[in-house]
Amino acid sequence: MRAPSGPDVVAGEVLLAVENVSLAFGGVKAVSGVSFDIRKGEIRAIIGPNGAGKTSLLNIINGFYHPQRGRITFKGKARSAMRPYEAALGGIARTFQNVALFKGMTAIDNIMAGRTLKMRRGFFWQLIRIGPALAEEVEQRRRVEEIIDFLKIQHVRKIQVGKLPYGLQKRVELGRALAMEPDLLLLDEPMAGMNLEEKEDMCRFILDVNAHYGTTIALIEHDMGVVMDLSDRVLVLDHGIKIADGKPAEVQADRAVIDAYLGLTH
Amino acid sequence: MLGPVLETLIGGLMTGVLYALVALGFVLIFKASGVFNFAQGAMVLFAALSFARLSEFMPLVLAFALSVLIMIALAYAIEFLVLRRLVNQEGIILFMATLGIAYFLEGFGQSIWGSDIYKIGLGLPTNPIFILESVFPGGLLIDPVELIAASICAVMVLVLAVFFQVTRIGRALRAVADDHQAAQSVGIPLNRIWIIVWAASGLVALVAGMMWGAKLGVQFSLSLIALKALPVLILGGLTSIPGAIVGGLIIGAGEKLAEVLLAPILIRTFDLAGGGIENWFAYVLALIFLLVRPQGLFGERIIERV
Repeated sequence: MRAPSGPDVVAGEVLLAVENVSLAFGGVKAVSGVSFDIRKGEIRAIIGPNGAGKTSLLNIINGFYHPQRGRITFKGKARSAMRPYEAALGGIARTFQNVALFKGMTAIDNIMAGRTLKMRRGFFWQLIRIGPALAEEVEQRRRVEEIIDFLKIQHVRKIQVGKLPYGLQKRVELGRALAMEPDLLLLDEPMAGMNLEEKEDMCRFILDVNAHYGTTIALIEHDMGVVMDLSDRVLVLDHGIKIADGKPAEVQADRAVIDAYLGLTH
Repeated sequence: MLGPVLETLIGGLMTGVLYALVALGFVLIFKASGVFNFAQGAMVLFAALSFARLSEFMPLVLAFALSVLIMIALAYAIEFLVLRRLVNQEGIILFMATLGIAYFLEGFGQSIWGSDIYKIGLGLPTNPIFILESVFPGGLLIDPVELIAASICAVMVLVLAVFFQVTRIGRALRAVADDHQAAQSVGIPLNRIWIIVWAASGLVALVAGMMWGAKLGVQFSLSLIALKALPVLILGGLTSIPGAIVGGLIIGAGEKLAEVLLAPILIRTFDLAGGGIENWFAYVLALIFLLVRPQGLFGERIIERV
């Protein structure tokens, strides 16, 4: 079903490598000695029971948390910590578990906010709004409209996102991340709280983004069916420790994974 | 009768401009971080003290330039020492932090600059101007200091409105106010934005402090005019720059007119001792607004999907 993926993608160039990363809050270990990589063009799932450290891992990747130990290499550059602004500048975009939109702003403005780093013209040019600055504003707007068309949210463009139903909010949030034209897109439970139809739509968007734009995607998801369908490789965490890493079918058959999901938490 | 009332109205509007200037400082920071900055009044005091004491040793222009630098340095310090550590905390936590900053600044300012009453001599003409002498007997009296303050305020408002609303900075500000983490995730440099708005509201505080200082002398009570800015904010809406201006004008003019027009009626009707309306009028007006239109005249509609 997915032309550009498969074994050749899994063997592709490493975009992001996480080596032996640990993060603790006080005495609570959120992530302990986790290593894994994300390869260019793949869809990488991160799964695990609640409190496994999945979101912490995303927060480390995009600079919200600074790990106490370990190293992260993104696009060949190693670093121990980076700020969210630098992560965004480097091409990492993300969505959030509980939808973090700018609630008072319209869908269009939210997605335009995603273009912040793409704006080149300085303050003075924007002020007079002629010539190059106007051309830029028009160009940015055009890109945003493309994303809106792609996500099929034309009908809510001018509505304040705080008023939208949850499923559409999630879609706008994806749009904002896409507006950044990221090299690496981090999705934190993109389908949480959605009904079946919304989930199917979201799945399609994720696959399309990956196929059409070649965007590398790392996603956290609880719906196993979705994970198995979407992802090239799956990383499994439990209590902050990596317990399995491999293709969906391999992971599904892994004893430790089954224990983590069935034996210990239930 | 019309002459004195007009005179009161003009005087009230001029005072209102000064209220607006203080309220403006609040609005800038609220727009950019969703934080209600309780320290705005203390910043007015601190800025006025700096300017008043510096101008004792040097020309006014130099004292002003140095005070500007001090307020910018203060913005850096507040961002680095306080705000940066509180990213993504609840609004109430940030509010408590500004409470701490307020008391620190009041005390610290007096430790450095002294706690007497200092004069600010801006060299402004102090002789009252009379206008429309042909229309009203004796003409209308206008205080030139207030007139100049009003003009300066108008210019500042214009500059700020353009700076924050015409450019994409406006969008970034609203984004930051809505959600720190999300704003950071799209590459909005939170720390830089905070320094910009705190520095901007520091400058507004400096101008407000200079004007109030020229009117009343620089003293501790300057930090209390921040309390007069509260009803202005409620009237205008916490997020609106034009709202701060209009709110300031309404409160300024309203309380003076109430004193002149309403007080005699109240005294006559209820046989009261009278007076003091000016002290509570603004707050009662604000209370009524809270009941009728909690987002203020120009504030954003409060939306919440439950």
